[in-house]
Amino acid sequence: MSAETSLKEWLLAEEPQSRRQARWGAWYQSWLTFRSNTLAMAGLIILVLIILAAIFAPLLATDDPFAQDLGQRLLAPGVDGHLLGTDSLGRDIYSRLLYGARISIYIVLLVAMVAPLLGLVIGTIAGYMGGWTDEVLMRLTDIFLAFPRLILALAFVAALGAGIENAVLAISLTAWPPYARIARAETLTIRSADFIHAIRLQGAGPIRIITRHIWPLCISSLMIRVTLDMAGIILTAAGLGFLGLGAQPPSPEWGAMISEGRKYILDYWWVATIPGLAIFAISLAFNLLGDGLRDVLDPKEGGA
Amino acid sequence: MKQRNRFVAAAVVAMLAGGIAAPVMAETPPNMLVIANRIDDIKTFDPAESFEFAGADVSRNVYEKLVNFDPLDLDAGFGPQLAESWEISEDGTEITFTMADGHVFASGNPVTAKDAEFSLRRAVLLNKTPSFILTQFGFTADNVEETIVATDDNTLVLKLDKPYAQSFVLNCLTATIGGIVDSETVMANEVDGDMGNEWLRTNTAGSGPYKVADWKPNESVLMDLNPNYGGDAPAMERVIVQHIQESATQRLMLERGDIDVARNLSPEDVAGLVDTDGVKIVDELRGRLMYFSANQKNEMLADPKVVEALKWATDYQGMADSFLNGQYTVHQAFLPLTFLGALEDKPFTYDMDKAKAALAESGFADCGPIKISVREAQERLDIAQSLQNTWGQLGCDVELIVGTGAQTLDRYRAREHDIYLGAWGPDYPDPNTNAGTFAYNPDNSDEAGATGLLAWRNAWGIPEMSEQTLEAVVENDTGARRDMYLALQKEHQQVSPFGVMFQQIEQNGMGESVENFVAGGATTAVSYWVITK
Amino acid sequence: MTSLADPKGGRPAPLHTTFLGKSIRLLATVAITLLGLLFVTFMIGRVMPIDPVLAVIGERATQQQYDETFIALGLDKPLIVQFGIYVRDVLHGDFGTSIRTGQSVAEDIRRVFPATLELATLGTLIGVVLGVPLGVVAAVRKGTWIDQLARLVGLIGYSIPVFWLGLVGLLVFYGILGWVAGPGRLGIFYQGLVEPITGLLLVDSLLRGNITVFKDAFSHIILPASILAYYSMAYISRMTRSFMLEQLSSEYVTTARVKGLSEWKVVWHHAFRNIRVQLITVIALAYANLLEGSVLTEIIFAWPGIGSYITTSLLANDMNSVLGGTIVIGAIFVGLNIFSDLLYRFLDPRSK
Repeated sequence: MSAETSLKEWLLAEEPQSRRQARWGAWYQSWLTFRSNTLAMAGLIILVLIILAAIFAPLLATDDPFAQDLGQRLLAPGVDGHLLGTDSLGRDIYSRLLYGARISIYIVLLVAMVAPLLGLVIGTIAGYMGGWTDEVLMRLTDIFLAFPRLILALAFVAALGAGIENAVLAISLTAWPPYARIARAETLTIRSADFIHAIRLQGAGPIRIITRHIWPLCISSLMIRVTLDMAGIILTAAGLGFLGLGAQPPSPEWGAMISEGRKYILDYWWVATIPGLAIFAISLAFNLLGDGLRDVLDPKEGGA
Repeated sequence: MKQRNRFVAAAVVAMLAGGIAAPVMAETPPNMLVIANRIDDIKTFDPAESFEFAGADVSRNVYEKLVNFDPLDLDAGFGPQLAESWEISEDGTEITFTMADGHVFASGNPVTAKDAEFSLRRAVLLNKTPSFILTQFGFTADNVEETIVATDDNTLVLKLDKPYAQSFVLNCLTATIGGIVDSETVMANEVDGDMGNEWLRTNTAGSGPYKVADWKPNESVLMDLNPNYGGDAPAMERVIVQHIQESATQRLMLERGDIDVARNLSPEDVAGLVDTDGVKIVDELRGRLMYFSANQKNEMLADPKVVEALKWATDYQGMADSFLNGQYTVHQAFLPLTFLGALEDKPFTYDMDKAKAALAESGFADCGPIKISVREAQERLDIAQSLQNTWGQLGCDVELIVGTGAQTLDRYRAREHDIYLGAWGPDYPDPNTNAGTFAYNPDNSDEAGATGLLAWRNAWGIPEMSEQTLEAVVENDTGARRDMYLALQKEHQQVSPFGVMFQQIEQNGMGESVENFVAGGATTAVSYWVITK
Repeated sequence: MTSLADPKGGRPAPLHTTFLGKSIRLLATVAITLLGLLFVTFMIGRVMPIDPVLAVIGERATQQQYDETFIALGLDKPLIVQFGIYVRDVLHGDFGTSIRTGQSVAEDIRRVFPATLELATLGTLIGVVLGVPLGVVAAVRKGTWIDQLARLVGLIGYSIPVFWLGLVGLLVFYGILGWVAGPGRLGIFYQGLVEPITGLLLVDSLLRGNITVFKDAFSHIILPASILAYYSMAYISRMTRSFMLEQLSSEYVTTARVKGLSEWKVVWHHAFRNIRVQLITVIALAYANLLEGSVLTEIIFAWPGIGSYITTSLLANDMNSVLGGTIVIGAIFVGLNIFSDLLYRFLDPRSK
């Protein structure tokens, strides 16, 4: 009996011996379901490739992404060793694309940390406290939901100044309300649970209950939602970059690259098209992944 | 099912409609001129207030001035228009204009000296942004009744506070603010003592060949013939200017024959159009300069050797031959070519050795952090990135601060920038328009608040040079005046914190049959009335 | 996706109160939301590091002209007073004057809003026509290649940057193939030929019987509308599929099948009928999303709508225009939500 089969058996055991075994077993079962979903796996693979490309950008890049050469501008893909051609300042598009992947992942990670956290805090407080607090916070949520999203983000960036961190902040400020909703709904169901009553009887204060006992239970549903929202976040960030309010030159942010390349689109289609494809690839990967995850976690819904 | 029927109906409609999706017309009517341009800067048509490029294009075709340029002979300088002749008093402070006959406003009212008096006084009294073009001659709200006077319907007298060069005064009167409005019509539309300002923002009351028939902000301006125009009837009976932001789109529309003229083509799109049948490109030198300037409040940038190093470390020709190809020519003096006294010398080239040598002589041999303030516009971003690249090779740590026009301008006026990358277009076709801002800053204190002066914005105090600038405007010998400006620019080029880099060449794409499209050279705006096609 | 439309929102629905009480509560909610919307936008405008005075007077103005304009714009008053004045004016239907166009904001919005409305309406219409059948078929043929295809089409729709799709679409369908007209709402020579009634060019030209203008307007709108439609189709088909799956797995469908009803009847007469209310809610949401989400499309297609109006105003710090535009879009968004919420409460069989 090899170690591999024994591990598999341990994971798939009908009657797990420990809580740990049960948890790992459940994870493994989900992974098996996930793996059988071709589209979701495709998404995962694309995503892993993009992450690898981002990590190893310095090794994979053929040129300095910022090095200009005005004599070598707007070259077609393949010419003079430039795999994907060069842009209007003679910079290597392939190398810029690789470094741009870092920016996209950076944006996604930052937003994925800030927005749900904001929503979590507001939602759980509203749900747990109830009454006036709930009313006020939820009204605030409604106000932010009634805003035209991109315009609100634009307004924030305009107010804070253009730049990648500010773009992240702006996107987060517009993205939190749905998370607050989810967190609040979860809190409402948890609040009246017996174990919360028990803890409260032991004398725990609201802050302790919310942070120690309610937050951990909300996090998994928030994480699913975040994965599903990733593509939207990337597209919004690219949209801001396209409008010149995201990452600033000479940064190789993909949206900004499209914006720079659009004026050459008639004769030098690749300058704008290639970063467009990159954005498409990463958001498609996230969508496929999120879709697959939902299938795994909620088989009944099946892609809703 | 009702529900389904509705869907079916919608589908049928969509399919039917699909069959007629093809565009209907692909050629513009022969008596109509259709232009694609960026006109989102138009805020008002009131000549006393209008100060934007696209606004000037409209104004020139709607309002006549006392003196004006002949579009087919711009080099000749100003000539008679509403005034048929003028005389200068012996002490040089009084100009008497005799009005010409035959000029009629669109309303049917004849143009008289009273209208001219009204228009010029109005521009001073309203005190809008461009009013300085007139008030620099000493006109104020308190004295216009004495200084701008129509002695009868045929005679207008201007009394100046100094004996300015005659060409200086008359050049200023050709600017948009010199446009003469129909006093009767305007005052009939006055609201709350605004002298018709509100009404003139969206309506026109001029004696020029056209009148504005419709304006949709950010969309289009439609001009029809002024039925009472006194001159020869223009061939183009209707002119439509449509706001099209993207160069690529303008090019597509031109190729398809949807428009006659495309005014914002990128170098790449121009190159793409050169070999297209039925389309031609017409180059025209304009007055706009592209420059960078160093804030003298910054200790490092106040070292003249550092600025000199930056001037050497700028790839002028490289930029002009690549992303600016055909649209900017290298130019390094503050007066644009074709202006009186414009200096053609180009002392600086891209020379890293000289740049490094200059830097080594400065107190900042390792350079340091430099922030370039630049507004969000592709061609400026490209220039900024090139500067970032070449100055970076000097060892400077260059960061771009990109913002909207208003944001960057705000910082610039508050003297908070390090390097400002900007463009400057002349306000009126006289050398003083640029000399008075690049080379004039008598009081450099913060309290002076001379936010209109570029030299002040860069905290460059130049009491002596300011004196020379003032002397040049009262020199009535044109040859001597030219020499004064040449000397001024020579010095400015070397010592100033301004690195003038380029002068604009406008490349307009148009249908082959379009003739006489003159964008206005360095001195004025477009003239539709001479165009044929 | 506000609480009003989201059954998972969790706020206890005050169904037990009287109709009047409910209406008052609803109105108060809407009023507070809109006021908040106004307040947030107003504050953003005030903290923005762009000087509104400069936006009015431009680069060459002197300090004196600056000061005069500063006072004329009311900027010398305390913030809260400025806000109070603004709200008062809005209640009187006065959104102020746009510093960028020099015209009243209300007038500007009257001009630009129909353009967006027309685009979003056609976009949603196409999205519904394609998305609903696609979703139904995907649900009925769950797991087959059709389902996978529908899913992929939807996922692609969620993944393409709209500005990029717009650029490429314009290049291919206008530039290369010449099937559709270029940017803008109407060919230049047709402008002003049709006296506006509704402001919707397609409708107006038909009402006035001007087929040429209709054709030209249609030729201009079809590409941007199709691009927007793709996004709403992705959303609508996905939701339709999941609603249908829920219905198809329910007992009564099984019963109907057992009774020997044809599959067509089961799907369309029973299952589909039951999801209508949910579907209308989704369509209302998709519609609202297109109204606010067409910003980038409008910019690419030079579409003179409210999205590009707000964006360009924002960049010029023309705050009156931004506030006016935002409040209009926000109000419509809230309105559509209330509409679908009411629909849900009163028509959905399950909530009775």
